[in-house]
Amino acid sequence: MYQILEKEELAPKIKKFAIEAPQIAAKAEPGHFLIVRVDEFAERIPLTIADYDREQGSVTIIVQEVGFSSQQICELEAGDSFLDVVGPLGKPIETAGYERVICIAGGLGSAPLYPKVKSLAKEGVELITILGAQTEELLILEEDLAELSHKLYITTDDGSKGKEGFVTDQLDEILAEDDQFDLVIAIGPMIMMKFVAEVTKEYGIDTMVSLNSLMVDGTGMCGGCRVTVGGETKFSCVDGPAFDGHLVDFDEQLQRSKIYQDKEDKVKDHEFWGDGCRAKEEN
Amino acid sequence: MQKKKTKMPLQDPKQRANNFAEVALGYDKEDAINEAKRCLQCSNPACKDGCPVRVDIPEFIDLIAEGDFAAAAKKVKEKNSLPAVCGRVCPQEEQCEAECIVGNKNEPVAIGRLERFVADYIREQEEVEEVEQEKEQVAVVGAGPAGLTAAADLAKLGYQVTLFEAFHKAGGVLTYGIPEFRLPKEIVQDEVEKIEQLGVEIKYNQVIGQIKSLDELFAEGYQAVFVSTGAGLPRFLGIEGENLNGVYSANEFLTRVNLMKAYQFPKYKTPVYTGKKVAVVGAGNVAMDAARTALRLGAEESVIVYRRSREEMPARAEEIEHAQAEGVKFNLLNNPTKILGDDDGFVSGMECIKMELGEPDDSGRRRPIPIEGSEWILDVDQVIMAIGQSPNPILINDTPEIETTDWGTIKVDQETGMTTKEGVFAGGDIVTGAATVIQAMGAGKKVAQAIDDYIQKQNN
Repeated sequence: MYQILEKEELAPKIKKFAIEAPQIAAKAEPGHFLIVRVDEFAERIPLTIADYDREQGSVTIIVQEVGFSSQQICELEAGDSFLDVVGPLGKPIETAGYERVICIAGGLGSAPLYPKVKSLAKEGVELITILGAQTEELLILEEDLAELSHKLYITTDDGSKGKEGFVTDQLDEILAEDDQFDLVIAIGPMIMMKFVAEVTKEYGIDTMVSLNSLMVDGTGMCGGCRVTVGGETKFSCVDGPAFDGHLVDFDEQLQRSKIYQDKEDKVKDHEFWGDGCRAKEEN
Repeated sequence: MQKKKTKMPLQDPKQRANNFAEVALGYDKEDAINEAKRCLQCSNPACKDGCPVRVDIPEFIDLIAEGDFAAAAKKVKEKNSLPAVCGRVCPQEEQCEAECIVGNKNEPVAIGRLERFVADYIREQEEVEEVEQEKEQVAVVGAGPAGLTAAADLAKLGYQVTLFEAFHKAGGVLTYGIPEFRLPKEIVQDEVEKIEQLGVEIKYNQVIGQIKSLDELFAEGYQAVFVSTGAGLPRFLGIEGENLNGVYSANEFLTRVNLMKAYQFPKYKTPVYTGKKVAVVGAGNVAMDAARTALRLGAEESVIVYRRSREEMPARAEEIEHAQAEGVKFNLLNNPTKILGDDDGFVSGMECIKMELGEPDDSGRRRPIPIEGSEWILDVDQVIMAIGQSPNPILINDTPEIETTDWGTIKVDQETGMTTKEGVFAGGDIVTGAATVIQAMGAGKKVAQAIDDYIQKQNN
């Protein structure tokens, strides 16, 4: 079960996997996510479904190596299997009923954005996409998004491709000329979503963001993915992961994402030195 | 006659507060025979009435007294599919042992300890008798105490049972909630395996309501569905600072430690935040589990904060005693009003208000009333909320025909356990709200029978 059918490197340290999971593929919708576990010792890692193929019975995830667990996933090859894949989790997003939409992805955000863009395009929506990354080689899904969008803008922090600057600079420029859009979808780093929401608030355009909160079960049981939305506590896993960007308390989410920062080194030490050394350390 | 229960050997409190090994070590054969001989073998045993699954208590105790432990275990298993679990976590003092005649003048017979003894005795050597499953297909959603019991009973009746579990392991609260030191996970998995050997198929990673709807289960050929999804959603107080880093629901804290084995971090990769001074809000069994777990993870101080007094604490007396012996402190008649944080968003203290008890409320317990102006700051760097759970809404939201109560629990026919949707039954915490393991098992047992009746009736 959960065998990796294909693996592709999209950028340095960013890998795409198509996983055999016919039941999940049959039910997956834009906005849904999965929880995967590599082996008996691994964490449960939530990942947005980046694409699904009902005929092939597969779901796609895109993973960037940032810490031990994501690195462990990225080391898997086609033919290997995940121990566990749970999904589809979360609430799907509604893509019908819109006419003009701006989609914004920062960094790895294009992975969760892609199924939404695909679905909006299918609905015949007029679509502008802004894709941003630190540098050219970290831009992913550029061609796929370009194909589905009426216009695709690129921004890079270092100016190596497209406009030099942030996605918000491009957004500002677009909206200054034409602000007749009924939705903005922004997915990417917390800080990016925060600033996008600030820009769109000025123009009064509805804005949807998608949070990748820390969680354990993904079914509402642990409450680890708490997020304050409009002054109320919501659970990302069952109430989201998509929320109204104008109501999310991004600063709180930024803080919450840092709770286990100091644990990463311990995992790395353990992988390097093994059990024995740690025991010595403690004694 | 021996007035007190034969003593349960325990791990030394100072030692055990630093490890996750089981606290209660269990009777040996001599202890068990000695205790079994205290049973009066009443001709009209009241203890059975106190047991939600009606174990044949005097009968199995008599077999222990005779030294036939295997037969005693078999006797228990006729009614109880999870005896090693129940012998450890049932509140016997409120159930079977509360009814024991010996208890009128002396301590009641230690029925729970004897149940545990026979279950452990048989654990390694028992061979499950396979029943041929040629009857209809039944789906059970949720592999906690209610679901496992119903699945086992239905399999014994000859049904083809599929058990759908959201997690990667079965057991529900027995696996993610109750800590290793109170209920070793090996024992839970052993009991689960026995149920699989009966012919029950367990499908993991299946969140019914997301991956499949109940109607899709019926379309696949299941004749009835038992919903035992439990009380999943943790409650919070709704006070300022509850989303600071270092504030956990007891569910999250315990799941990280028990299911994901964060106590063996970094060998197991799931981290858990561990404070030096930990406050656990609430005073039920879950709160005791959390407070004792915090000590084992290295907290210098672990404090129960509870708005009523000791008498009203809902946890079992035994759990409170164990917690206290290990060094858990109790800050009673105090209610949190605010959690304070540092510049990085981590917990740095908790403001509490002192409480006094007024007139009894609807629950019959004296109502706690805040004493105006008595706010003070408790010095803590971690807060764990153990104030109860609400029912998990995923399956209910996906199935509008299933009616719920004002509390979000599923409405069922009191006799049969059938919901407002034909062929769908429910039991356990999803119906009662958070309750005990054995109550959930009792519901599972009752509904299994009702499902049998329902399917038989459909066939005629």
